[in-house]
Amino acid sequence: MSDLHKLHNTKPGRVFDVINLIFLGLAAIITLLPFVYVVAGSFATESELARRAFFIIPETFTLEAYRYIFTSEAFIRSIIVTVGVTAVGTLVQLFFTFTMAYPLAKRKLHGRKLLINMVVFAMLFSGGMIPTFLVVQGLGLIDSYWALVLPGAINPFNLIIIKNFFQNFSVELEESAKIDGASEIGIFWRIVLPLSKPIIATFALFYAVGIWNDFMSPLLYLNDSSKWTLQLLLRQVTISSDPNALGSLDPDYIPPAEGMKLAIIVIATLPIMAVYPFLQKHFAKGLLIGSVKG
Amino acid sequence: MKALMIGKPKDKANKKSFTEILKVMWIRDKWLYVLLIPGVLYFLTFRYAPMYGVIIAFKNYVPFLGIQDSQWVGLEHFTSFFGSPDFLRLLGNTLWISFLSIAIAFPAPIFLAVLLNEVRFSIYKKLVQTCIYIPHFLSWTIVVGLTHLLFSINGGVIVEMVEALFGTRINFLADPEWFRPMIILQGVWKGTGWGTIIFLAALANVSPEQYEAAIVDGAGRFRRIWHITLPAIRGTVVIMLILTMGSVLNTGFDQIFLMTNSLNRTVADVFDTYVYNVGITRGSYSYSTAVGLFKSVVGIILILTTDFIAKRVDKESGLF
Repeated sequence: MSDLHKLHNTKPGRVFDVINLIFLGLAAIITLLPFVYVVAGSFATESELARRAFFIIPETFTLEAYRYIFTSEAFIRSIIVTVGVTAVGTLVQLFFTFTMAYPLAKRKLHGRKLLINMVVFAMLFSGGMIPTFLVVQGLGLIDSYWALVLPGAINPFNLIIIKNFFQNFSVELEESAKIDGASEIGIFWRIVLPLSKPIIATFALFYAVGIWNDFMSPLLYLNDSSKWTLQLLLRQVTISSDPNALGSLDPDYIPPAEGMKLAIIVIATLPIMAVYPFLQKHFAKGLLIGSVKG
Repeated sequence: MKALMIGKPKDKANKKSFTEILKVMWIRDKWLYVLLIPGVLYFLTFRYAPMYGVIIAFKNYVPFLGIQDSQWVGLEHFTSFFGSPDFLRLLGNTLWISFLSIAIAFPAPIFLAVLLNEVRFSIYKKLVQTCIYIPHFLSWTIVVGLTHLLFSINGGVIVEMVEALFGTRINFLADPEWFRPMIILQGVWKGTGWGTIIFLAALANVSPEQYEAAIVDGAGRFRRIWHITLPAIRGTVVIMLILTMGSVLNTGFDQIFLMTNSLNRTVADVFDTYVYNVGITRGSYSYSTAVGLFKSVVGIILILTTDFIAKRVDKESGLF
């Protein structure tokens, strides 16, 4: 096939190929360049950051910005909070989604249709920001980390996709387990879940990235700035340009105001980059693009 | 679905009585219902209770009195919203951003997917794809943070470059004129790569023989793109366009909120950020709920309409 393409590639075709490859390369570079600059800049001195608008290798290498943010109590706290909320939140959201998806996949279940309609309606219509806020407030969850996890515990789209996955699950295995006297919960826990590891991993990643990146819930539900997650701190440092966002230990010490912005972006991006190969592998398969039809 | 259809007449023939159904539910499916409990509680608490709470849009909600005892005011909040200059401003801002994004951010991934489809070195193609998908997974906080670094009036590289080229220093982040272009630019940077996936998936179904036959017939590159590639994604493009039209009011809270500042607020406010500012910051719960409800209702009408049209165009492609 490629021989045919090569043999019959006309001159304009070859010119097109070259321009196309260059253009796509540029697109890739434009995507990456901001990161390269941020990483390089996070290791540069304040004077270099002020002097040079753009560089990909710093003249003088320094860890000053990282040293500063890692001595900041506010930063360390936000990292611990964000990691903790992401870890616990992912487990909670997986639990809620998978325990609901499994029974909904059983066609014999009475009331199944009603429940599925309930889920689909929730995809179409929501009470909106304020009524949801009032429910969270009414439950006493303001300034509680549960407010970052529970209101989004089940993504209806994910639920329907997982339900469809369970629907295609081999019934034979379940039947044989039932003959052995296992209860539905036993089957779900010991047979179905272990066989669903890939899909669990996929949605674990999906939920984890969602919680890590979540900006709106902490904005709405955390008033106490000592409880802030990384995304809120990130906004305070990089967008509001608040030099005191991370606190200062020593009144004589001038914090690296520019460098700390870059360093905190690097830290916030790092976990996403670490799981990115898995994200790409799972999502690019079009799993989530797949239809949500019952 | 099919199995359900087959199941129904049989159930009717057996005519199970209500008590028999209850018996089946209790004995056979008890544990399945137990598994449903957390999920159902979730939907009732965090999805349906707020839907009930929407009635405060028709009341004068006083937190002290609660939803039940607050006084009914009918459509007062709606009439005052539609009568205020804010309404047309918000609608205008929202539609502007949606229109620009349909005109620019929507075609961008189609264009990129067609170009990617022409690359025959698969390693190079994979490499480019790996790079351009990344921004999709980053939070808007990071994207806006990066924007603030690169477009900062104090030594941001883009500002310096523009000054060197055109001799003017533009304050991209504060100038209201630049708010919409910046929003679109960020949207293109973040979403274009990821957006190619659905079109590349459609192109993966085109058999290589079609291209080979076209080569044998003497069709050049552009004719092959025009007569094979583009027709292959036409259906997907139409459906995606229709679905995008269905969400014109959803401009995304995070991005707009983070890009808004005191200087560009008049062009930046959209329904979601307005609801936040009026409701959460100023505490006008009832009024802001009315604004949110208006947006939700128009949104649901748009989605159902566009879904209906999408199904007309292509039976397989409805949302539901």
